[in-house]
Amino acid sequence: MRFSALKVFTQGLSGNKGWTPHWRDPEPKAEYDIILIGGGGHGLATAYYLAKNHGMKNIAVLEKGYIGGGNVGRNTTIVRANYFLPGNSEFYSHSLKLWEGLSSDLNYNVMFSQRGLINLFHSDGQRDAFARRGNAMVNQGDDAVLLDPDGVRKHLPYLDFDNGRFPIFGGLYHPRGGTARHDAVAWGYARGADQRGVDLIQNCEVTGIDIENGAVRGVQTSRGPIRAKKVAMVAAGRSGQVAAMAGMRLPVESHVLQAFVTEGLKPCIDHVVSFGMGHFYISQSDKGGLVFGGDLDFYASYGQRGNLPMKEHVMEAAMTLMPMIGKARVVRSWGGIMDMTPDGSPVIDTTDTDGLFVNCGWCYGGFKAVPASGYAYAHLIATGQPHETATGFRLDRFRTGVGLIDEEGTGSQHNLH
Amino acid sequence: MRITCPYCGTRDIREFAYRGAAIDANRPAPDAGAAAWDDFVHLRDNPAGETQDLWYHEGGCSAWVMVTRNTVTHEVLECRAVKP
Repeated sequence: MRFSALKVFTQGLSGNKGWTPHWRDPEPKAEYDIILIGGGGHGLATAYYLAKNHGMKNIAVLEKGYIGGGNVGRNTTIVRANYFLPGNSEFYSHSLKLWEGLSSDLNYNVMFSQRGLINLFHSDGQRDAFARRGNAMVNQGDDAVLLDPDGVRKHLPYLDFDNGRFPIFGGLYHPRGGTARHDAVAWGYARGADQRGVDLIQNCEVTGIDIENGAVRGVQTSRGPIRAKKVAMVAAGRSGQVAAMAGMRLPVESHVLQAFVTEGLKPCIDHVVSFGMGHFYISQSDKGGLVFGGDLDFYASYGQRGNLPMKEHVMEAAMTLMPMIGKARVVRSWGGIMDMTPDGSPVIDTTDTDGLFVNCGWCYGGFKAVPASGYAYAHLIATGQPHETATGFRLDRFRTGVGLIDEEGTGSQHNLH
Repeated sequence: MRITCPYCGTRDIREFAYRGAAIDANRPAPDAGAAAWDDFVHLRDNPAGETQDLWYHEGGCSAWVMVTRNTVTHEVLECRAVKP
């Protein structure tokens, strides 16, 4: 079924009885050309682009839970292309372009809202660093505007500009950044992949990866063995467990990142605001809730919830930045499992096993990367060659030390990002 | 999460700094080669379940504590002192 305004109108007149499920619920076949392990945003996007860009048909996405139940439904929905380093810049730039055409490409409203993102700075040194970053963004062909305090005040009058510890010196404004409806992204890609013949198999946990003579042969699952010519891992926070089934250890440590939402309020925060010095960022959802978060809890964790110290830290940062937020009530908090790499950048690569591919290490930046990651991973799986926007995301950069992408400049070591 | 410092008793995790997986006991020899050092510095078992990691009692007695805990439930199972 193709969605349109006319369809919504006619369905409304006929009691909305004509809507059908957005995707099938197929039984797994005995064999596929390609199996994707993980039905999150990245896995679904990969399946979609394998079918759309490379004409592949015989594909299964195996999801141990349900579509939209993992990190793709647990993030804070921010989309941006404000990276500095080659390797990241071209990739996130590509992703933003895909976001801009996504709703029409998928025929599914992902509610992409380019409300603009502002990164605040609080010292001369930080201003210089952001000016440099803004120039890198402009060189990449994206947009960046350096704002002075009055410029920030025009957009964000509610901030505490004269804060004793973090006075606001200005901000780097990225007008094309914004937010999207995270569930719709999962559903839109799922529906698009399904319509192109991809089998989305939910409640199907992979329990083993079959490898013979250095080549992948298929997987064992909670719903029986499935043969496959190619197997692509894309399991985010659970990447370590999936890779272990193939005898691999990854340069990944899984950490918990918390997020929070307040009760629904009238529109008051029109942008995405990032207060890096306080490890705090915020936006307002279309439903009215203020959605915000902070830094990692900073210990290895698979608990999809965090501890109190980081909650307090986030609330304190919020009060420091925008005292008005003290009147809002937090109604919910949760955690997502972040696959953290030593240099803070991801991996999209082949492995030592023929036909086995790896996509992991998205740290806390996976959501905005969904379209470009799927696009590049599909290209790698179909052609064996990295896509031109993702040539830097190699697995061996940690061993060799060549091509590390340390965006924060803190070093390539666990627990620094 | 509360961690029991072997010297100071049970304390809030705010007092501790997290070092990471408890691998320091198996530090390779300087000439062990790139693979061994890659293994040590970068690659992780990253278990979902019981794990051992190192915490530094920064806000207390400066002891290094090896903590056995569950990464899924956040349950702390055992804490013992280790040499720096």
